[in-house]
Amino acid sequence: MELLVASAVGILTAAGIYLILRRRSFPVILGLSLITYAVNVFLFASGRLMTAAPPILNKYEEVAYTDPLPQALVLTAIVISFGMTAVVVMIALGAFLSSRDDRTALPAEPEGAGEDA
Amino acid sequence: MMQHLLIAPVVLPALVAPFIIMVLRHHLDLQRIFSVASAVLLAGVTLALAAQAADGTVKVYELGDWPAPFGIVLVLDRLSGMMIVLTSLLALPVLLYAIGSGWDTRGSNFHALFQFQLMGIMGAFLTGDAFNLFVFFEVLLIASYGLMIHSGGTRRFQAGVQYVVFNLLGSTLFLFALGTLYSVTGTLNMADLAVKVSQIPAEDTALLRAGAVMLLLVFAIKAALLPLHFWLPSAYANAPMPVAALFAIMTKVGAYSILRMYTLVFGPEVAATAGLTENWLLPAALLTLIAGAVGVLGSNKIGRLAAFGAIASMGTLLIAVSLFTQTATAAALYYLVHSTLAAALLFLVADLVMERQGGWILPQLPMPQTGLISALFFAAAIALAGMPPLSGFLGKLLVLDATRGSELATWIWAVILTGSLITIIGMARAGSLLFWKGHGLPQQNTDTSAEPPQQNPAARPAQLPFVACFGLLAGLVALTVFAGPATRYAEATAAQLFQPQAYIATVLGEEAK
Repeated sequence: MELLVASAVGILTAAGIYLILRRRSFPVILGLSLITYAVNVFLFASGRLMTAAPPILNKYEEVAYTDPLPQALVLTAIVISFGMTAVVVMIALGAFLSSRDDRTALPAEPEGAGEDA
Repeated sequence: MMQHLLIAPVVLPALVAPFIIMVLRHHLDLQRIFSVASAVLLAGVTLALAAQAADGTVKVYELGDWPAPFGIVLVLDRLSGMMIVLTSLLALPVLLYAIGSGWDTRGSNFHALFQFQLMGIMGAFLTGDAFNLFVFFEVLLIASYGLMIHSGGTRRFQAGVQYVVFNLLGSTLFLFALGTLYSVTGTLNMADLAVKVSQIPAEDTALLRAGAVMLLLVFAIKAALLPLHFWLPSAYANAPMPVAALFAIMTKVGAYSILRMYTLVFGPEVAATAGLTENWLLPAALLTLIAGAVGVLGSNKIGRLAAFGAIASMGTLLIAVSLFTQTATAAALYYLVHSTLAAALLFLVADLVMERQGGWILPQLPMPQTGLISALFFAAAIALAGMPPLSGFLGKLLVLDATRGSELATWIWAVILTGSLITIIGMARAGSLLFWKGHGLPQQNTDTSAEPPQQNPAARPAQLPFVACFGLLAGLVALTVFAGPATRYAEATAAQLFQPQAYIATVLGEEAK
């Protein structure tokens, strides 16, 4: 299981970084989503991997339990990354619709031109 | 009741912002009144809190009354007190400027986003929990995304995409760093981290070092340290200028976080991360200063000039931070306050120029009120370049004085002095092109395709922007005149930072209860 989780994190991150380095905004956003998936899985692993154990202490008997904190962290991270991805999609869409161009690089401004705001 | 004052800087804007969105959506005047009232109240609250922290006590606010390593805590010490006061005192003139110049009418929800931004910044300065720091980073970032693309425009959107993607990547890296630290120490409370980190045997610190480096990278992105500064110039230059003026405090959030984490958790005596800051942070800071200064010289628009000026000042600030000695930190804190106010002033002056003639640094016909604006530009330029008589000179002098013991002192002196010279030349070039060369041009025949100003200046209340600029300038003058008390406070703050035992003991409740 450790190998599976570790390689999943690694492959997701590698694919995400490759996509982020692309020129157009759609692959870049896909890459960002892949990296946020990778970090969510990674946060799970930071509390040690364990299956079939409840994330609560048992008052009456000694049973195995898994660390609940990373689960809370992952939940927060998922919510935030979901919201952020929605924001970046909207902004990228705004940039695409107003310039008809989805490249992420800023084109050079002609010298002395007025503000295009 | 008084104990709950500590959370007020976070709660107040968090309540005002949704109120503005939901109740006052169609009432711009009421939005303005509530926004300004909230900023004034915030200034009062933060001043009261700073006064509480000034005697050196550390105040802890346990959210939900959960004790420290388990619950999230807000912590107020001298450094936090200073930073929240600086934020609220910066927010007020910037807000007045945005109202006076009409920027808040050029898109929706400016005031609500402004309040959310303040909430995030205040929270980041007050929190005592590393994961909560991440959450407040996200709050301030998501508000800043909205503010950055405020009023729209193709170029602003395109720069906005770069800004959001870069910072989203930084946030992800932050999570990786926190996960790594948690897997080693089992805690994310900063004070508890400090205890746990010092207990880890030296041979088990490989993961810890990796986490510390990733955390440093995240804060370096926020602070626009050299290889990670690429988001800043186009983001700040294309953001609305009053927003960029508020963003002057955001780079300082990065500097604050470096100071906080690398004195408290990974302090100079922690063997696992020793040499990290000296070997990496200092050279990067030196390069940042040079890059900023050269950028000032090479800018062709006044917005970019101000953005590179901000980068140069971050370079100077981080040089002082990276030494991690008590005197250098005191100098850094003094310079931090100065550079925030000076950079904000330069951004506001840049907006005054851009409103009138588009902002290209080319000889152009004299703009309306050219005397007043050029005087303000002159003041902002000498403040940011660090010339006497304003506080930038004192700040740089303190930084130079504090580096005397360092092995790299020669390099630091050479870089700071050369960087200042290049900045002065760049500012002088821009100022003379913008304000003087235009007088020689024939009235009708300009050699540029300068557009007439898009806004009719007479349609706006014209005094308020100048009130805001002179307010920031008054802050700089006050920082110069009261340099004695200010440096004493900075020294006391630095002393508190380098004796984290009291902070740790108070947060973990070992002597408070």
